[in-house]
Amino acid sequence: MKKVAVIGVGETRFGEHWYKSFRDLAVEAGIKSMEDANLERKDIGALFVGNMSAGKFIGQEHVASLVADHLGFSGIPCIRTESACASGSLAFRQALLSLQSGAYDAVMVEGVEKMTDIIGSQASLALMGAGDQEWEASVGLTFPGLYALIARRHMHEYGTTPEQLAMFSVNNHKNAVKNPDAQFRFEISVEDVLNSPLIADPLHLLDCSPITDGAASVLLATEDFIKKKKIKNPIWVLGSGQSSDTVALQDRKSLTAMFVTIDAAKKAYKQSGLKPKDIKIAEVHDCFSINGLMAIEDLGFCKKGEGGKFIEDGNISLGSTVSINTSGGLKAKGHPVGATGISQIIEIVKQLRGECEKRQVDAKYGLTHNIGGSGASCLVHIFGKEK
Amino acid sequence: MIKMVHRSSIPLHWRLYEPKYKLVGNKCLKCGESFFPPRNICPNCGRKGALKKIVFSGRGTIYSYTVIRTPLDGFEQQTPYVIGVIKLKEGPKIVGQIVDTEIRDITIGKEVKSVFRKIYDDSPSGLIHYGLKWVVIE
Ligand SMILES: [Zn+2]
Repeated sequence: MKKVAVIGVGETRFGEHWYKSFRDLAVEAGIKSMEDANLERKDIGALFVGNMSAGKFIGQEHVASLVADHLGFSGIPCIRTESACASGSLAFRQALLSLQSGAYDAVMVEGVEKMTDIIGSQASLALMGAGDQEWEASVGLTFPGLYALIARRHMHEYGTTPEQLAMFSVNNHKNAVKNPDAQFRFEISVEDVLNSPLIADPLHLLDCSPITDGAASVLLATEDFIKKKKIKNPIWVLGSGQSSDTVALQDRKSLTAMFVTIDAAKKAYKQSGLKPKDIKIAEVHDCFSINGLMAIEDLGFCKKGEGGKFIEDGNISLGSTVSINTSGGLKAKGHPVGATGISQIIEIVKQLRGECEKRQVDAKYGLTHNIGGSGASCLVHIFGKEK
Repeated sequence: MIKMVHRSSIPLHWRLYEPKYKLVGNKCLKCGESFFPPRNICPNCGRKGALKKIVFSGRGTIYSYTVIRTPLDGFEQQTPYVIGVIKLKEGPKIVGQIVDTEIRDITIGKEVKSVFRKIYDDSPSGLIHYGLKWVVIE
């Protein structure tokens, strides 16, 4: 199979961008990635755009062409991908497959979401589109509610505590202070989390990721292209895994182990020839603290049921056993759903290039984990400095 | 304001009449697994499966639960409300509101039964949505 690497990255700051539109954000991220790789538009074979719900957030569909149009890429083949909150990583994987197939030499992958043009309750409805409309939303179940049901069951089966969940958010915020692109650059304490309002018991406000605007862009290229253009510091894609499961939470065999994570990780580890113990940095999908906790179990960093203790014992902080969410994660860097997967990849690429300054970790390999909905889709990617 | 208009679609509720109001699902005669809501294809057996309509008893136990304090649009008046994952006696799980029970009396493992209730109204003059909720059996 053709070797493929990330050769350019660029993203907007994550947050509430009242002065910037969907297209402004997409263009800003795209241009930054082009400048980072020093490419011209004639080098780009295709554009992949990960976006969950522009239709509900800004009333706009057809966004792959929209982004291509405003980047000055007219004529280029462009493709929108959607897999709820995993839309960005899905775009990345489709781009990877297109390069491996030989269709293109270099492509751009963007993830974009503009969520703050509508009020919070409407944004919640849009996000609930990732759940089952006929059987979950229809009885009043919300997105935090879905993960609260998972959290309660995890506590019941394994004795996980609200304090342990809180520690996941605390770690994210601590890292975000060191990331200039993060939405929330301040520290919080376990008490802050537990004293924040309950959204859906047992999850508090500070267990939940925010509503965010943002765009992230990466350029991917084949080994031949990289040699020909003499591109420095490529970060290689060593493994790509994807899986799917039931959309409705009620239909899952287990609420406390995410089949999609286990399955996608298995595929990515196999392709890369690496094991969980080889991974020293990972960006995991913590839309809610419980999902981050389960991810470190299901990715194999610790045993099932021991995630709480693993966090409590200090194994996920910067420079420890496995540095989790050095970017600040979804909780503190922000979660512009379609952009999140690409933003996770950018953090790992920057870490492996050694560009993370105060939050820099010494690692040879890095992993990204991006979930759609309450666990109906998942993509795991593994990256390395060497092929 | 853009409302989720499809939720107020009368044909949508009409199509789901049997499962929503009567807890009708199906069971695969080949592998023996029961499904709620009814499925078009058995995920275990594929097209070789044989799905037959069954009516669930409406008895089960609480598998997990949460108290929703930031409601979904349309459920503001009921807030806070409890949503549980109910494990039906016949096997499948279903989510629904647990009502007529003090929050502190709700725990995993308690037995529940289904009751027919109003779920919410669209507006004072709009569609009234009915369906099943769950109550704890003492
Ligand atoms: Zn079957």
